[in-house]
Amino acid sequence: MTDLLDLSLAEAKAKLAAKDISSTELTKAYIARMEATSALNAYITTTPDKALQMAEQADARLAKGEGGALEGIPLAIKDLFCTEGVPTTAASHILDGFIPPYESTVTTNLWNAGAVLLGKTNLDEFAMGSSNVTSYYGPVENPWRSTDEPDKKRVPGGSSGGSAAVVAARSALAATGTDTGGSIRQPASFSGIVGIKPTYGRCSRWGIVAFASSLDQAGPMARTVEDASILLQTMAGHDPKDSTSAGEPMADLSAALDQGVRGMRIGVPAEYKVEGLPEEISKVWQQGIDWLKAEGAEIVDISLPHTKYALATYYIIAPAEASSNLARYDGVRYGLRVDGDSLAEMYANTRAEGFGDEVQRRVLIGTYVLSAGYYDAYYLKAQKVRALLRRDFDQAFETVDAILTPTAPSDAFAIGENEDDPVKMYLQDVFTVPASLAGLPGISVPAGLSARGLPMGLQVLGRMFDEGSVVRVGRALERAADFSAVPAMVREG
Amino acid sequence: MTEPYRIQGETGEWEVVLGLEVHAQVISQAKLFSGSSTKFGSEANTQVSLVDAAMPGMLPVINRECVEQAVRTGLALKAQINLRSVFDRKNYFYADLPQGYQISQYKDPIVGEGVLLLDLPDGSTKSVGIERLHLEQDAGKSLHDQHPQKTYIDLNRSGVALMEIVSKPDLSSPEEAGLYVKKLRSILRYVGTCDGNMQEGSMRADVNVSVRKPGDPLGTRCEIKNMNSVRFIHQAIEYEARRQIEILESGGKIDQETRLFDTGRGETRSMRSKEDAHDYRYFPDPDLLPLVLDQARVDALGADLPELPDVKKARFIADFGLSPYDAAILVEERATADWYEKLAKGRDPKIAANWLISELFGALNKAGKDLVDSPVSADALGGLVDLIGDGTISGRIAKEVFAEMFETGKSAGEIVEEKGLRQVSDTGAIEGIIDEVLAENADKVEQYRGGKDKLFGFFVGQTMKKSQGKANPGMVNELLRKKLDG
Repeated sequence: MTDLLDLSLAEAKAKLAAKDISSTELTKAYIARMEATSALNAYITTTPDKALQMAEQADARLAKGEGGALEGIPLAIKDLFCTEGVPTTAASHILDGFIPPYESTVTTNLWNAGAVLLGKTNLDEFAMGSSNVTSYYGPVENPWRSTDEPDKKRVPGGSSGGSAAVVAARSALAATGTDTGGSIRQPASFSGIVGIKPTYGRCSRWGIVAFASSLDQAGPMARTVEDASILLQTMAGHDPKDSTSAGEPMADLSAALDQGVRGMRIGVPAEYKVEGLPEEISKVWQQGIDWLKAEGAEIVDISLPHTKYALATYYIIAPAEASSNLARYDGVRYGLRVDGDSLAEMYANTRAEGFGDEVQRRVLIGTYVLSAGYYDAYYLKAQKVRALLRRDFDQAFETVDAILTPTAPSDAFAIGENEDDPVKMYLQDVFTVPASLAGLPGISVPAGLSARGLPMGLQVLGRMFDEGSVVRVGRALERAADFSAVPAMVREG
Repeated sequence: MTEPYRIQGETGEWEVVLGLEVHAQVISQAKLFSGSSTKFGSEANTQVSLVDAAMPGMLPVINRECVEQAVRTGLALKAQINLRSVFDRKNYFYADLPQGYQISQYKDPIVGEGVLLLDLPDGSTKSVGIERLHLEQDAGKSLHDQHPQKTYIDLNRSGVALMEIVSKPDLSSPEEAGLYVKKLRSILRYVGTCDGNMQEGSMRADVNVSVRKPGDPLGTRCEIKNMNSVRFIHQAIEYEARRQIEILESGGKIDQETRLFDTGRGETRSMRSKEDAHDYRYFPDPDLLPLVLDQARVDALGADLPELPDVKKARFIADFGLSPYDAAILVEERATADWYEKLAKGRDPKIAANWLISELFGALNKAGKDLVDSPVSADALGGLVDLIGDGTISGRIAKEVFAEMFETGKSAGEIVEEKGLRQVSDTGAIEGIIDEVLAENADKVEQYRGGKDKLFGFFVGQTMKKSQGKANPGMVNELLRKKLDG
C-alpha cells in the first residue's frame, strides 16, 4: 500500500496542483492496485493504456499551470455510462460487443475537467438489483469481510456495486454511480464510503443506459463527503440534450460543506422505524441523531405517512418504464442477436438469451402493469401515490431543513443470501426509494461498524435542489463519526 | 343539397358512416425529436441520428418548429389549442421501430376539436367535425426487395414528425371522404405545414367505415389502413360498405377489425381482428416533460396565418361575383388563387375566371401539366383578355390565339400581329364586305326583305367568313341591319 492511494481526492488535487505528485504516478499506483484487487470482479473493463495517456495529457496541462477541477484524478465509471470507444455493457449479455460512438454528458464533463478513466465498473444488469449479483459478468465482491464469517464473500450492495467496491478497495480514487431506487446510497452504506444521489435532473441522463427514466440519476461515490462534493460539482449541470435536466444553479458545495449544522432543523421520520429493523441499525441512527444534536442542530420528529406504500409504488413505476426502455434491445441494430426463423422468433431468442432473470422479471412486471385493464389499478394508482409521497416530503420540508434516516435496513449480506426471494432483495431499498420517487437529493455517509465489523451508513435527505444542505449535514456526521475503518484487504495492502 | 348517398341492398336502403384519420408529414427541417434532416428520397440510412437509431442512453428533445406547425394547422382548422399536452409512448415491437415504441400523444393531444368545411359540387358546403390533432413520430421503412431472404431497414424516415388528424364520423359518402381529404390537403398546403404529396406518402389516410339503415344507431366499424389516393379511398369505401351490407343482410355481424385495401383486386381484406389488436401499453414518456405553450405565441402564430381557402372563397364570391363552384376551384390551391388574382386585377373577374377555368385548366389537363408549369403566364393570359376587352380580337379568334400561345409561349399581341388576326372594326372596310355579300346574294336579300327574317344570320355568317373571322361581330350586326332594314 503506497501513500499515494491513501490520499483523498481533495488531497490528491492539492498535491497535483502543487506538483508534489504527477497524475502519471498517481494513475500508475491505481493501475497496479486495480490489478492487485482484480479478484473482486469490480471492473468489467479496465483501460490502463487510455488512463496513462489521459494522465500524461493532464500532467502536461498541470505543468503549464492549467487544468480543470479534476485534472489528473483517476476515476472509475459505472458501466452504465456510454464511453466513446470503450465497451459499454450495462452488465448485460445483450450489449455484447457494443462500443458507443459517443460519450455521456456526465463523463464528458469529467474528462473536460481533466479526470482520468481507469475503467468501467461492474453493476447489476441494467442497474436492476441491490447486491450486484445480477451482472452477466458475475457478482462483485465487497472488500469488507465480517469478523464472524471472515471466509464468506459479501455483496457490495447494488446496483453500483462495482463503483462502491473500487472506492472501498482503493482501486479508484472515486467513481460515478447511478441511483434509481438506492443504487448509489445502499452500496455506499455496504462498502463504507460516501455516495450522493443528487436531485432528479441535476446530472444529465444523456448517454446513460436508461433503466427507469423518471428516477435514474447519476451521482458520485467517494471516500469523503468533500470528495463526493467535488465530483458532483463537475458532474452536474444543465444539458439541453436531456429534456428533464434542471436549470437551477447548484450551490458551491465546497463552500457549503463546513458551515456546520448549528440552527438547522433535522427531521426524523417515525415511519422509518420499520418493524424488524435490526437493533444495530436503530442504534447507529440514534447515534447520528445525537451527533447532530451535539453539533447544535434541532431534532424534529416528523411524519411521512405514505412511506409504507413507497416500495410497492417503486416496483410498479420502475419496471413499467424499464419494460419500455429496454424494448430497443431487439437484436436489430447493435449488441447480441440470436437468429430465428421469423422476426418474432429472433426477438424472442435474442431477448431470452440476452437478458438475465432479474431483468426479464422486471420487464414482465412492467409489461403487466401497463397492460390494458391493469394500467389504472397499477401504473395510474402508483403515479397517484407517488404524488402523495412527494407531498409528504413537501410538508415535512416546511418545518425541517433535512431528514436523517438509516441508508439500508442491514449491513452487507453474503453473496448468495437474499436470492431465494426477490421481495426480500427489494426490501433493501426501503429507506432509499421514497426520496427517489420524490426526486430529492440524498447522501449516504459511513457512520460506524456493526458488531460483525461491517460498515453501516446514514442517509441525509434534502429539499429539491438543496444539495448544499445535504452535504453540510453529511459532513457534520462524517466529522462526528470519524469513520476511519478500512477493509482488512486495504489495511493489509 | 345533393341527394343523400344511399346503397340499395336486398332489405332496403343503407347509409354509410365514415370517419378519417389522416397522417400528414410535417414540413420541418429536422425530425420531431432529433436534429436529423427530413429530406425525402435520400440514400438509405443517411439521415439517422443516434436518437433515431435508439442507441442506448439517447434522449428525445422536442423540435419547436414541429410544435408550431401543429399549432398553425390547429388554428387553420379553427380548433382548440391545448396549452398543455403530453407525449406518450405507444409500445410495440417492429424492426423499423428502433425504440420499440413510438412517441405519440394519447390522452392529451396538442389540438382538440375543430371544424372543416367541405365544398360540395352543387356549390353548398358541409361542416365536418375535427376530433383532434396530435403529433407523433413516423417509423422507419422495411425494404423487402433488397435480398431474397432478408429484410433491410431504412431509418431515414424514423422520427420524422407526423400530425394525425382525426375527423368525427360526419362523412356519409365516398365523395365526401374524398372531398374531405382534398380540403384538408388544401388547408395544410395553405398554411405550409404539410406538402400533401400522397404519392410520396406525406399524406396517408385510414378510413373508418360502418353502415346502417337510415335513422339506426351507429354500426360496428372497420378501419381501412394507409390509403394514399382519393381514388383508392372511393373504391375502398364502396367495396367495404357493400361487404358489410352483404354480411348484415345475410344475418351476420360485423367484426371490428383493421383491414387493408388491395389496390390490385379492388378489395379490402382483414389485417387483424380486435382480439389480435396490439396492446400498446400507452404511458406518458418519462423522457419528456409535458409540452407547455404560451398563449401569446399561439396568438402570434394565428396572426401570421395566410388567408385560408374558406375566407378566400367567400371573398372571391363577394368581390368578384364568382359562383361558389368556380370560387371553390380557384381557391383549392393557394398558387392558383394568387394566379387568378393577378389575372383578374384590372380586368373583368368573371371573364378572367372563365378563361382560367375553361381554357387554361383544360389545356393544362390535356398536356398533363400543372399551373406552375403553364406555358401561358397570368400576365400573358391577361394580355389576351385585354385584347378581347378592347375589341382587338373577337372571342372566337381569341381561342385560336390562346391555342397558339399555349403551343409557342408567344404573347397574344405577337400572335395577333403575326397572323393578322386583328379584328376589323373599320366601318368602311366592313361596309365594303357587306356590300359584296349583299350583291352576291341579291335573291336572298329579296327574300329577307319579303319577310324571311331568319336569313339575317346567313348574312352575318357570310360577312364573317369573307372577313376571315376578323370583322367585329357587333359592328357586322349593326351595319347589316342598317343596310338591310334601313
